[in-house]
Amino acid sequence: MLIEIGRTGKLMRMLGSCTLALLLIGGSVWAADEAPAQKGQASKAEASSAEPTDWESWKAGTTVANTASLQRGARNFAQYCMGCHSLKYVRWSRVGTDLNIPASELQELIPAGDTPASYVSTPMPSQDAENWFGKAPPDLSLMAAERGKDYIYRLFKTFYVDPTKPTGTNNLQLPNIAMPNILSSLEGLKKAVYKSVPGADGKSEPEFDHFEQIAPGSMTEAQYDAFVRDTVNFLDYASEPTQMQRHALGIWVVLFLLVLTWLAWLLKQEYWKDVH
Amino acid sequence: MAVPNQSAASATPVSSGAPKKGFYAWLDKRLPVSEFIESQLTGYFAPKNFNFWYFFGFIALVVLVLQLVTGIFLTMFYKPGEATSFDSVQFIMREIDFGWLIRYMHSTGASAFFVVVYLHMFRAFLYGSYKAPRELLWLVGMLVYLALMAEAFMGYVLPWGNMSFWGAQVIVNIFGTIPVIGPGLVEWIRGDYAIADATVNRFFALHVVAIPLILLALVGLHLIALRRTGSNNPDGIEIKAKVGPNGHPLDGIPFHPYYTVKDTVGICAFLVIFAIIVFYAPTFGGLFLESANFEPANPVSTPPDITPVWYFTPFYAILRAMPDQRLGTLAMLLAIVAFFFLPWLDRSPVRSIRYKGWISKVALAVFVVSFVGLGFMGMRPPEGLYVVIGRIFTGLYFLFWILMPFYSRWDSVKPVPERVVYHAH
Repeated sequence: MLIEIGRTGKLMRMLGSCTLALLLIGGSVWAADEAPAQKGQASKAEASSAEPTDWESWKAGTTVANTASLQRGARNFAQYCMGCHSLKYVRWSRVGTDLNIPASELQELIPAGDTPASYVSTPMPSQDAENWFGKAPPDLSLMAAERGKDYIYRLFKTFYVDPTKPTGTNNLQLPNIAMPNILSSLEGLKKAVYKSVPGADGKSEPEFDHFEQIAPGSMTEAQYDAFVRDTVNFLDYASEPTQMQRHALGIWVVLFLLVLTWLAWLLKQEYWKDVH
Repeated sequence: MAVPNQSAASATPVSSGAPKKGFYAWLDKRLPVSEFIESQLTGYFAPKNFNFWYFFGFIALVVLVLQLVTGIFLTMFYKPGEATSFDSVQFIMREIDFGWLIRYMHSTGASAFFVVVYLHMFRAFLYGSYKAPRELLWLVGMLVYLALMAEAFMGYVLPWGNMSFWGAQVIVNIFGTIPVIGPGLVEWIRGDYAIADATVNRFFALHVVAIPLILLALVGLHLIALRRTGSNNPDGIEIKAKVGPNGHPLDGIPFHPYYTVKDTVGICAFLVIFAIIVFYAPTFGGLFLESANFEPANPVSTPPDITPVWYFTPFYAILRAMPDQRLGTLAMLLAIVAFFFLPWLDRSPVRSIRYKGWISKVALAVFVVSFVGLGFMGMRPPEGLYVVIGRIFTGLYFLFWILMPFYSRWDSVKPVPERVVYHAH
């Protein structure tokens, strides 16, 4: 009733070729997962000069499969973000393991007094921060999951000089942002140039057109762009440190289940031969 | 067409009369094992013409087990409480080995449960599985659906994200629109004057103990009722009406092995899709896990748009389609209660859509489009065109139910065959 002896050979050959096909598909998916990292880095240099800037369509284009980018992002975070922002759900040791950072190099990132087992915390007392900025800087553990990585990328690319604000800067992604543009030493200073468009009531209203660089920073435009992308990538990792493990394991589970489905289907066909 | 005569299968039910030896004999003397297997599996005859739509009952059962098992593991590290819920979920996601897998299976399982149950219910609409003598089977199934809604809602509150908090706020406040007892009832549900520590703790108790017990009992009852009447089939014919010389239905085949092996294929295929979502799209673009829920519950910061999870949005859209809140609550209640009356609203002489006329087919299509459409409207902000579309779909939704006793009777029907339509592969 089940699989007869004569059919077993044919069945095994089919099983073999199907498994091979599945492995090939799996392999190409695996390879595709690694690829976009480099592409994302190079493309989308910020539009400058008189071209209208469509900043709302900018994409971070990062991938957590790019370990080198994550390592640079971790260093950026420790140097520029950690003064005010914590990652209260992330342990240093975990960062070291996931990002292949050797213990000696990891130790350089960890603030004095903290150990690798410590969570990533900020030395800034939150009450002081609230007094200074009007709002305590948020913990960034889940910011990428909450707002999305494109949001953070655009945030860091749309700071501009605004003398009416106490911090001297404003932001297109988050207007009236309480945070000062702490990366201005890298990016330099930008001015927002507006054009006038007819508003709803017939009067003309200002609308953002493009940015104009008014003071140079220590980085070129491309360097700053890469800097932001690495940092965003690290925050994406921090929002779900298990995601690399998830991606790596998934393919095997799916392949196993596909083979199981196929075997179950063969079994069903065999039994249902009797049903007329 | 080949005449589908006596199925070979029905002639060979597994006999329980064979002598048993060893441990099995010892066990069978003390527990009715073989009796149970014979009456429920090998000797239980199901129609042989089940199609794709008949996978989902069994899949729903598997998802229920999946939810129970993953849920038990989650409770080992989850800590209910205003101050602990959110952190403990992150602890599970980050620091427990494979905690992320268990949690994503549970969160994806919740949505999968509704997908499967909606498809299972649609099957009943297609083939008239709710019609006599299966009215009670349908009613118990609807109770399962209600229990599932309660279970899903309370489970959604437990991670204590900001959408958990505000979603709970909106849904609990719906009870406040009930005249006289409303305000007191809301306070009783919350256990406090606001959604707070007491609320998340009692929702935990209800989510992990009370409702699962009710769910299991109802699912058991659903299966018992199913065994009593036997399954309907795509032709809507009673297979028991035509029995062979051995007393078995001519168009029936033993549930085991035929449907156990067939359902195994269905389960495996389902698990492939399930695994792809768990591993590669666990938030499902914000539909299964909403991005606003990655922010801890914050009573002073309302998310820009409060929307329930997708499986509630059709009813939420009906609630918001009404100009008055109390009217909205009533409409939403009616939209759910209507399902309970389905066996008596459908007056068609035939069960299956295959033998119903064009009016019934159009009506069912309009119903499906309006239900799915309402689902989409429930996720959009209640403004402008969305409100208008929401109201049109709400109107169509209710017309489907209100007019059913009339069009189902007037609609033309095709002759129903004597035997089920089945083409052997």
